[in-house]
Amino acid sequence: MSNEAARSSRTLPLLPALKDATLSALVACGLFFFMIGLRTEQGSTGALEITTRFETFAMLVALVFAGSFLRTLVFGRGPIPLGRAIPPSLARQVASASRFAAPALLIFALLVPVLFYQNRYLLDLGILVLTYVMLGWGLNIVVGLAGLLDLGYVAFYAVGAYSYALLATHFHLSFWICLPLAGILAAFWGVLLGFPVLRLRGDYLAIVTLAFGEIIRLVLLNWQSFTGGPNGISSIPRPSFFGLPFADAEGSFSWTFGLEYSPTHRVVFLFYLILALALLTNWVTIRLRRLPIGRAWEAMREDEIACRSLGINTTTTKLTAFAIGAMFGGFAGSFFATRQGFISPESFTFGESALVLAIVVLGGMGSQLGVAVAALVMLGGFELFREFQLYRMLVFGFAMVLIMIWRPRGLVSTREPSLYLGERKT
Amino acid sequence: MEYFVQQLIIGITLGSIYGLIAIGYTMVYGIIGMINFAHGDVFMVGGFIALIAFLALLAIGVTSIPIALFLVLLIAMALTALYGWTVERFAYRPLRHSYRLAPLISAIGMSIILQNYVQIAQGARVKPLPPIVTGSHTLMSSDGFDVELSNIQIIVVLTTVALMVSFSWLVAKTRLGRDMRACEQDLKMASLLGVNIDRTISLTFVIGAALASVAGIMYLLYYGVIDFYIGFVAGVKAFTAAVLGGIGSLPGAMLGGLLIGLIETFWSAYFSIEYKDVAAFSILIVVLIFLPTGILGRPEVEKV
Repeated sequence: MSNEAARSSRTLPLLPALKDATLSALVACGLFFFMIGLRTEQGSTGALEITTRFETFAMLVALVFAGSFLRTLVFGRGPIPLGRAIPPSLARQVASASRFAAPALLIFALLVPVLFYQNRYLLDLGILVLTYVMLGWGLNIVVGLAGLLDLGYVAFYAVGAYSYALLATHFHLSFWICLPLAGILAAFWGVLLGFPVLRLRGDYLAIVTLAFGEIIRLVLLNWQSFTGGPNGISSIPRPSFFGLPFADAEGSFSWTFGLEYSPTHRVVFLFYLILALALLTNWVTIRLRRLPIGRAWEAMREDEIACRSLGINTTTTKLTAFAIGAMFGGFAGSFFATRQGFISPESFTFGESALVLAIVVLGGMGSQLGVAVAALVMLGGFELFREFQLYRMLVFGFAMVLIMIWRPRGLVSTREPSLYLGERKT
Repeated sequence: MEYFVQQLIIGITLGSIYGLIAIGYTMVYGIIGMINFAHGDVFMVGGFIALIAFLALLAIGVTSIPIALFLVLLIAMALTALYGWTVERFAYRPLRHSYRLAPLISAIGMSIILQNYVQIAQGARVKPLPPIVTGSHTLMSSDGFDVELSNIQIIVVLTTVALMVSFSWLVAKTRLGRDMRACEQDLKMASLLGVNIDRTISLTFVIGAALASVAGIMYLLYYGVIDFYIGFVAGVKAFTAAVLGGIGSLPGAMLGGLLIGLIETFWSAYFSIEYKDVAAFSILIVVLIFLPTGILGRPEVEKV
């Protein structure tokens, strides 16, 4: 019996593989025939006409056949053991290497404006990446630490952006006054959202936050007299160097420091500004994790009922998570408004929330380094594959599903408790 | 009065479509306790398959509208059901024993996949379809305002009622329905008693997707346009309907769908059309605060 089992495991499972592949190909035929094989186009008369694309269809089905065949041949029918394939010694090496990764990344980030001073494109990309790093870290407080799935995070980003834009254009307040105000307003909205969802379970909460995000966007879109509607708000004041504007004029930044005026000064300043804001987010998060509230967040993420029975006030715990996460979203929003000089509801769609969530999820919920790396990889990837723009969201949806299947806690997962009883276990 | 009746008719039609989608949410939630975030997009896929199938049938020379519509219904239901099955098999089944946020995130990923897949495959432009079912009956008339009941509205409501009746029968009387109810009560116990839970869950997704595809066809016939993004908003509204009616309850889903359809229509008619989505989304939040179990739902007992 055992002999037989050993023999059958040695011979390649050709027959089951063939069977699986045929089935998969049949399913693929059903899925793709109408969607891929035929395409509807508006003809010259305006009516829809059908064109055929049977080559693409046949190729996809063949691809599915081959993929399914190889999968069963190599891995069998069970789940693909990806996580277990990494030997523990290698995992330890990676872990120890990642200890140097954070400082290395930080130093690199600090040096970017020096290294790429001439490359405006890279600086702008750096600012974009850092904005998403900051948003990711902000959302990480809510999703990664407190375990509350928030699908409407972009609402707070929008609140921050519109707060700054409106305060600055109507009351001519400076960026440095608006920044805390925008943060407070966003935090206020966070609490406002937090109240109704306190009693909800994880997945209800996700949908409610999604609805909330959409409500904010629709109000911004339709409240013409206040927000400018779909036209948005333009000519938002640009940031100044603590009161010194970036311009080719007397009393400007370059004039005060005796430098030759260059538009790059502002970009470099913006870069360090967002870097500072992002690092602030990171620092606050790291400190909060060591405080009782941070520990309560993580405990709540793991088991809410146990948390309640141990006397943790889950109401305040959830509200603080929402408020603090929202506040950093608001900061990032203000920064976005001052950098762009123009905002409209277009920038605050669900897609944006999904992108930030994907960064947190792929990076590893609760892991600061993972989120930063994920933001860098994703936005860098988007730029690299610009010509495949159409496909990037598709890839990114697949990445979300596959990561959940293989490493549900994210690529760099830090689920290890920040507090140990007795010896620290490895 | 005439205006009111007209809005009532529109609201009931819209509510039927939401109700059909809501059933998919409520069934899946009842059995495995997850929100199938991609369900709205499955509805959209159903609409697209129906559109393409209809055009293809016209192209190969099926000109009789009733026959074409019947074939489209069969094709769309079968193929959308296949999509539902694939989604479950690929994105949800491997995660059944994972931690609680994983299936939801996977579902969001799946939703993004479906939207972009359709966008790539069929283009991002809005697809218009000339009216297929025309004709209407004037019910009331005064001061030059006619209350119209169009044939398509009759078809939508009748189809929904027929599907609801047959589906209720399926859940109440058949072997599959019994398995589904058993899984809803206790998945582990059901599997111990010999219910094939993998098969039951798969079939739940298949049925939900088939019903959503009917909703997709109705949407297509009723509005005459479709694009890859309709699933998102319709999905959230249908989910609201499911929650309002009491998630896990089938009559609740239908009732919630009707209510949401009516509220949305009357809101657009009497207040402002711009804020109709805001009204629907606000209801979701308000219901969850004051009536978390919905109208016909049972209170959820938290088990440790």
